[in-house]
Amino acid sequence: MDHLSHVGTTLWSTLLDVFPIIAIIFGFQYLVIRRAIPNLKRVLTGLVYVTLGLGLFLVGLEEALFPLGKLMALQLTDPVFVHGATSGITEMLRWQDYMWVYIFAAAIGFATTIAEPALIAVAIKASDVSGGAINIWGLRIAVAIGVAIGIALGTFRIVTGTPIHLYIVAGYIWVIIQTFFAPRLIIALAFDSGGVTTSTVTVPLVAALGLGLASTIPGRSPLIDGFGLIAFASLFPMITVMSYAQISYWRARQQSRLSSGSETKAQDS
Amino acid sequence: MYKRLHHIVFPMWESVRDLMPIFVVVAFFQLIVLQQPVPDPGKLFFGVFMLVIGLTLFIKGLNMGLFPIGESMAYAFARKGSLFWLLAFSFSLGFGTTVAEPALIAVANEAADVAADGGMIDRTEDARNAYAFGLRYTVAFSVGLALVVGVIRILKGWPIHYLIIVGYIGVVVMTFFAPKEIIGIAYDSGGVTTSTITVPLVAALGVGLASSIKGRNPMIDGFGLIAFASLTPMIFVMGYGMII
Repeated sequence: MDHLSHVGTTLWSTLLDVFPIIAIIFGFQYLVIRRAIPNLKRVLTGLVYVTLGLGLFLVGLEEALFPLGKLMALQLTDPVFVHGATSGITEMLRWQDYMWVYIFAAAIGFATTIAEPALIAVAIKASDVSGGAINIWGLRIAVAIGVAIGIALGTFRIVTGTPIHLYIVAGYIWVIIQTFFAPRLIIALAFDSGGVTTSTVTVPLVAALGLGLASTIPGRSPLIDGFGLIAFASLFPMITVMSYAQISYWRARQQSRLSSGSETKAQDS
Repeated sequence: MYKRLHHIVFPMWESVRDLMPIFVVVAFFQLIVLQQPVPDPGKLFFGVFMLVIGLTLFIKGLNMGLFPIGESMAYAFARKGSLFWLLAFSFSLGFGTTVAEPALIAVANEAADVAADGGMIDRTEDARNAYAFGLRYTVAFSVGLALVVGVIRILKGWPIHYLIIVGYIGVVVMTFFAPKEIIGIAYDSGGVTTSTITVPLVAALGVGLASSIKGRNPMIDGFGLIAFASLTPMIFVMGYGMII
């Protein structure tokens, strides 16, 4: 019964979230464009599926993933676990002691990104538009690697207490330089992938990790140091997506050079 | 019969595959690193089942509803040729979907606590609520503005990286003047504004516009709206922190 009432309230709040979007779409469609929507019945069914799907997905996250993930974030950042049960907690902790936290940050960042519905949507669209040149899984894995690096580095920053803007500014400079070397087709998509990664699945878990870390490490304030992980998670995917394009471009060129090389050899003989 | 089954089972199998990494990571850390038993397996099983069904339905609805409507509206606006209404639609979409976004409401409330702690505003409930409310509308306005700028860029075919570089410079300059307490929240606010429903819709809108205008490449020009939507909130939140 408890489950059912939870499903009900979550579906209701999803409906409330979706409502402004639906209102804007249909408002403009009927008042400004003044044209019937093509395949109206199919589109409406699709919108029902999207709302229902997102609602059930959120129920699943709250029932299964978030309690466990948040608990794990707290346990992993607990000084008793970090330090080992044998020694005193009063001793200063070094950043190396948090190795499991970095590994957890990277692993959970990667895994939640693969499951992020918004990223799946953008990957489908990009693969569609590029005629398959951009591989759905290639893009998703590239973004996931970026989020993994970003969150691991972000937890390292919280542990060491270095100012966030140094990392972000350095990251921006890197992104700008890389933009001039990356294939033109990927650039807009790479910039977009920074924003889409952090949604439904990733944000709550990552926020829990940041707040857990900042509240257990002496000298960190959860209010000031607990934030910033999401910024890291939106920065690094830009770099990895551009790198992914550069690598596939380079490999395609390598391959065409190889095949044209073997052709000339065949002609010689 | 087989075909029908295939239509149901295959998408669900794909969802299971999408969720598999999370299960592996959680199981590994829970059982091997932390060496704790799994609490309440029944609840866990129910949650996993909901995750699989939910993701499957969402992806199906995406291709049936959100993508087609985003694209058909883009085509309709392009054919109608009214710049004003297109920009009005873009602004409403950005503003309307952001102002009610639960993640943003949570971040705004936390930012109000930070501001109260840092002595920027009074420690009263009223002052905090007013601060959070103002912040939400600031971010929503900035997302609306971002979509307007992004749509103009698609229409004009401007290269995206110049605009992004200008945005980055804006962020960096603001960082040096904004109160220290607000910076982390400002940086995060860029990531939380773009919700799961908005992203597919905005992507479809951009791609639809770029493919209905002659001389625009949907790949080069069509993407990038989400990038703007996650950049402007950072600047505006820091600006908000400086003014209040």
